[in-house]
Amino acid sequence: MVSKKDKVVELKNTVIRFAGDSGDGMQLTGSLFSDSTAFAGNDFATFPDYPAEIRAPQGTVAGVSGFQIHFGSSDIHTSGDLADVLVAMNPASLKANMKWISHHAIIIVDTDAFVEKNLIKAGYESNPLKDGTLTGHVLVEAPVTTLTREAVKDLNIDNKSAQKSKNMFALGMVFYMFNRDYKKTFDFFEQKFKANPLVVKANKLVLTAGYNYADTIEAFANTYKIIPAPLSKGLYRNVTGNLATSWGLLAASERSGRKLYLGSYPITPASEILQELSKHKQFSAIAFQAEDEIAGIVSSIGASFAGAMAVTSTSGPGLSLKSEAIGLAVMTELPLVIVDVQRGGPSTGLPTKSEQSDLMQALYGRNGEAPVVVMAARSSTDCFYSAYEAAKLALEHMTPVILLTDGSLANGSEVFKIPNMADLSPINPPIVKANDPGYKPYKRDPEKLSRSWALPGTKGLRHRIGGLEKEDITGNVSQDPLNHQRMTEFREEKVERVANYIPELEIGGDDDAETLIVSWGGTYGVILTAIEKMREEGKKIAFAHFKYIKPLPKNTAEVFKRFKKILVCEINAGQFVNYLRMRLPEFNYQQYNKIQGLPFMVYELKDKFNEYLND
Amino acid sequence: MADTIDTKKLTLTKQDFESDQMIKWCPGCGDHAILRSVENVFPELGIPPENFVVVSGIGCSSRFPYYMNTYGIHGIHGRAAALATGIKLANPKLNVWMITGDGDSMAIGGNHFIHLARRNPDVNVLLFNNKIYGLTKGQYSPTTPKGQKTKSSPQGTFERPFNPGTLAIGARAAFFARVVDTNPKMMTEVFMEAAKHHGTSIVEVLQNCIIFNNKIHSLITSRETKNDNQIYLKDGEPMIFGKNHDKGLKLDEKGLHVVALGENGITEKDLLIHNPHEQDTGIHTMLCEMMPPEYPAALGVIRSVKVETLEDAIWNMIEHEKENSPLKSVDDLLRTGNTWEVDEPGKNGK
Repeated sequence: MVSKKDKVVELKNTVIRFAGDSGDGMQLTGSLFSDSTAFAGNDFATFPDYPAEIRAPQGTVAGVSGFQIHFGSSDIHTSGDLADVLVAMNPASLKANMKWISHHAIIIVDTDAFVEKNLIKAGYESNPLKDGTLTGHVLVEAPVTTLTREAVKDLNIDNKSAQKSKNMFALGMVFYMFNRDYKKTFDFFEQKFKANPLVVKANKLVLTAGYNYADTIEAFANTYKIIPAPLSKGLYRNVTGNLATSWGLLAASERSGRKLYLGSYPITPASEILQELSKHKQFSAIAFQAEDEIAGIVSSIGASFAGAMAVTSTSGPGLSLKSEAIGLAVMTELPLVIVDVQRGGPSTGLPTKSEQSDLMQALYGRNGEAPVVVMAARSSTDCFYSAYEAAKLALEHMTPVILLTDGSLANGSEVFKIPNMADLSPINPPIVKANDPGYKPYKRDPEKLSRSWALPGTKGLRHRIGGLEKEDITGNVSQDPLNHQRMTEFREEKVERVANYIPELEIGGDDDAETLIVSWGGTYGVILTAIEKMREEGKKIAFAHFKYIKPLPKNTAEVFKRFKKILVCEINAGQFVNYLRMRLPEFNYQQYNKIQGLPFMVYELKDKFNEYLND
Repeated sequence: MADTIDTKKLTLTKQDFESDQMIKWCPGCGDHAILRSVENVFPELGIPPENFVVVSGIGCSSRFPYYMNTYGIHGIHGRAAALATGIKLANPKLNVWMITGDGDSMAIGGNHFIHLARRNPDVNVLLFNNKIYGLTKGQYSPTTPKGQKTKSSPQGTFERPFNPGTLAIGARAAFFARVVDTNPKMMTEVFMEAAKHHGTSIVEVLQNCIIFNNKIHSLITSRETKNDNQIYLKDGEPMIFGKNHDKGLKLDEKGLHVVALGENGITEKDLLIHNPHEQDTGIHTMLCEMMPPEYPAALGVIRSVKVETLEDAIWNMIEHEKENSPLKSVDDLLRTGNTWEVDEPGKNGK
């Protein structure tokens, strides 16, 4: 790689957004850039932004698919606010992304795509490359389509096939800009297109052409370098939240010795969990694609009764359908993990957009008094540990556990330090031995208040359970009024006692601050980043993030007591803050809510925090 | 499952399967006789009692698990098929029986019923069909004859009923049988056949609700009329019925006909021979459709064909993958694909 680059600027972090038509291969481009970022030793987080439609009309704003990566030399907690670099493969992708780029962003465009037909489709009245729309930005124009065709002209492939590689031309340009080594990407081509050497060759040629073009024409005033992040020693990989969730469940299955059973029904954005778990029959994991959401969870309850580590995965509307069955799992006191990858609601809502939409539904969306453990993953990588912990709590406490993740975590990716299975805490479900003379179906562990698990097929433990109220200890059907009260209290207390087995709430930031920022679930990264920035500016502010919602950590009130002001930030209309108002009414809570199907931006949070501090 | 049927004969009796719970069905309800027949069948199957699981949905029939001394789970309305599927997939060694009714399986659980039939896990289904909602006290069900007056159809129903047999076969059920709750011997024989069948066996029990739909099946079941209005089909035997064994079923290009033996030169040789193992569903469907007074109701095993079970298909794949997959543990899995090592903090890996 001979280059004329003489000015290499060092950056702390940066955000790149690749955007194009749904068919332009932007997700692949993004993920290849992520891989090279990993090899460059940076920490990073990514987020794909694609339309709900599979192939919306070509060239329209509705059909734009994007992929954002935020990478840097220090810990990266979010996929970034506004992009510093935008790759726009057509006018529609430029138009769709203008609001997501910073004021001085570098914009790389394929000029070949900026023809009248495409401009009209995108809704431009004049050419934005020429009419001053991009004033203030750094525009890098490249005839990507033409140069791609040119690069592969000796391969004798048709124009249409040739153009499929144009995303690699753009990638080559960005590689040049960030001084990346493209050898690893070549290895990927050879792996991925093993069966088709011509495609391997074409992609290599086009990528190299893009790299050299950027070099030759001196497309960029500077090139950039981001020094490696101080990651601790170990083996790393990149994972999305849904992949991490799936693997966390497999890990829990292995550590508990219970076979994994997933009963599920496809739903955006949770389907990848079903797809991933369906690949792992080598671990005796069964992923059953049921006829509907209800059959998904009910088959899981059946599997749990039969002794499996049972899971069901879904998103908001599916959780609604599962409500009655969750009640059955509460009444039968069987272990069950319910993964809800939240999306914008109500009803079909915003299937591909993220929202912290289902907290109240998870806590209360059932008939009767039906307490379950509710917890929420805080990042894509934390989905692994949260899924593991959800399964551990379900199995050891004999209770349904609802794990809330969301579309952003599920589809976003992060750098994951690969753990060793042996380092994960053991899981010991209370399985009854054959012919145990003391076994009673609803006899409880004195500490946890959980009943024990007698598996069909075991001698001497035959028993019946079901959705009718159970008599204390015997588990026989009972209509006795006092028994119903006692059992209702047991079920609630059993879940509350989980608080004895979870970590206490930690305070981040300045623990002597007046103001505490409170959050839960997937907003952790962006709020942490905003808090860090505030503190860099010399502001005093503290931060408490909830992973466990029911039960709340035991020291919650103790933490809240130390602060004058509490601001609860959520991507919904205030579900957690209202839960806190009900559970801990002695404190005064302020709330900050965003309900746009979009994550918080760091700058929005900072503005809000500053306003609140000065109040 | 079939391979557990022939295991070492266990000396079990009916008493081994009777639970200590008070049976709360109405006196005279057909459910009592069905329970007794099941208690007669279980000890004969050579299966240890702890390997039976009885599951149900909601309805009068669905209280059944509480009355059997086996593992049991009483689920939620309509969803017994999903429970049964989950149990069977999680542990294929278990012998799973699903008790359901016409409301539970034909209405709220209709979707699960058809998918159970299609997927074919080895689950034995006893579908108690009394053509009425009993537990909610007398509303019409999806099998109530059109025009019948019930609490929720004071002018008579406006809806055509389901025929559970044609519905099951239409959903690709490999085994369908029909019995009457007034004939314990027939129930015992057919339940045995259902138990031995490897795959989903659906047995429709024409069951009488003495309170809300009394005598709904009386043409088929009463002493005076039953012989001319039912035919007990047996594998390989000609289709003969009637008090004097003088009627039969003949198939021609227009379909099935009731014919009189000895009239117009009709002999036994002209009659249809029952073959439950015929893959083609045509005759089985016609048999299911037959209803008095034009035809006798077909009883016995109407269809029984071999189809791979869901759990065999899945568990065979699991065995194959366990043997052939390079991934032996989750540690292996976490290290697949693109990974990179960081040796010293701040240094990039390769």
